[in-house]
Amino acid sequence: MGLLSKKDSKLILDPLADNNPITIQVLGICSALAITAELKASIVMAVSVLFVLGIGNVVISLMRNIIPSKIRIIVQLVVVAALVIIVDLVLKAFAYELSKTLSVFVGLIITNCIIMGRFEAFALGNGPWRSFLDGIGNAAGYGAILIVVGFFRELLGSGTLLGFKVLGDPIEKTGLYAIGYENNGFMLLSPMALIVVGIIIWVQRSRNKALIEDH
Amino acid sequence: MENRTDKNSYTILFAVGMVLVVGALLAFAASSLKPNIDENKRLEKQQNILYAMGVNENDESSANFVSTTDAPELFNKYITKQLVIEGDNVTENDQAYLIDVKKEQANAKAGKVRKLPLFVGEKDGKTYYIAPIYGKGLWDAIWAYVALDEDMVIQGAYFDHKGETPGLGANIKQRFFMDDFIGEHLKDNGTFKGVTVAKGNADPKNTNKTDNEVDAIAGATITGDGVTAMIKSDLKLYVPYFEKLKNN
Repeated sequence: MGLLSKKDSKLILDPLADNNPITIQVLGICSALAITAELKASIVMAVSVLFVLGIGNVVISLMRNIIPSKIRIIVQLVVVAALVIIVDLVLKAFAYELSKTLSVFVGLIITNCIIMGRFEAFALGNGPWRSFLDGIGNAAGYGAILIVVGFFRELLGSGTLLGFKVLGDPIEKTGLYAIGYENNGFMLLSPMALIVVGIIIWVQRSRNKALIEDH
Repeated sequence: MENRTDKNSYTILFAVGMVLVVGALLAFAASSLKPNIDENKRLEKQQNILYAMGVNENDESSANFVSTTDAPELFNKYITKQLVIEGDNVTENDQAYLIDVKKEQANAKAGKVRKLPLFVGEKDGKTYYIAPIYGKGLWDAIWAYVALDEDMVIQGAYFDHKGETPGLGANIKQRFFMDDFIGEHLKDNGTFKGVTVAKGNADPKNTNKTDNEVDAIAGATITGDGVTAMIKSDLKLYVPYFEKLKNN
């Protein structure tokens, strides 16, 4: 037996591939659309969600037997909002630069449906350790798609990666731009995020026929 | 277990308890961290002002401030005077950089006299006049520190925002946008005109510095319009001061 039992490692690996929150469950699309124009923002968002979902799942799981079922959604919202605000305050006090990069995402993390979805579907019915693994797995699956989309949108839309001009300078006409290449401004607009996610879904389903639903 | 947590009385008690616990926790966190946060904001203002007058650690393409540890010392070294302009009155006040421009805008709307902070900096024998301005972008606030010379020609600018879209409006704090403003004239034949963030600008390399225009960021129209509006409305207020400066 390795570090994790087979059942436990499935919790982490499943959301990365065949049960991916974005491409299979189609959750968390709104943030995938809003922030993936830049690779750096995608990475920051992926890490933030990993943190919040990992901890949040544990908190909800610990409270699962005392949460009144009638107001469980509100309790979930309060937990995730409180968690995110505390993290934001601590960052503002001790890592100000980082908190400025993160500022836009704080609101987006609270409203991310993946977080509510995992609280509701998993943490309310499972122990803390398994909930933690499930949180990490789903956040990683979400983050992986975000980073892929961010990579293509920044590369094709701005010709940069993490701010570095990898394709040459569009104004000075160096690199690829010297032979007539142009940035595709459409990649920067939100519809392209959906189209890129759509292409990923298409590729994934054509490689694994089991994922195609019957209609 | 099931029965107990389904009761209305339990639900209400739980809700009240949760609100109290979470409220106390957040209030405690906010108040105990406030001194640190305020100090960070104060240092950031000093860094912003120094950045606008060219005291920064920029490399070829990215914008870098002086470090927070050096900021107070450099601020004292380069900023020779901090002024507060209230109508015709100009007073010196070494806390002027802490004036909240947003609050002053609200005061002005309520009919009070608006306090205009202006920082006078001295570097390599040249005098810089740095004005803070404040406006709104697409999602939230945008603001800037603009360094001018006596003729209201922009010598440097630092833009920042609270929540513009990453990759689009958020790019106002990128070098390629901020550096475009350097050398731009705010006046046109002696009258204040501002600088317009223009789409369809025929001058993307920005070689013409007297056209009162810089090139817009594609996909960030509303943020760009916000920058234009903020320059027009806020920097205009400093025109009387600069005219007086010329006449003396």
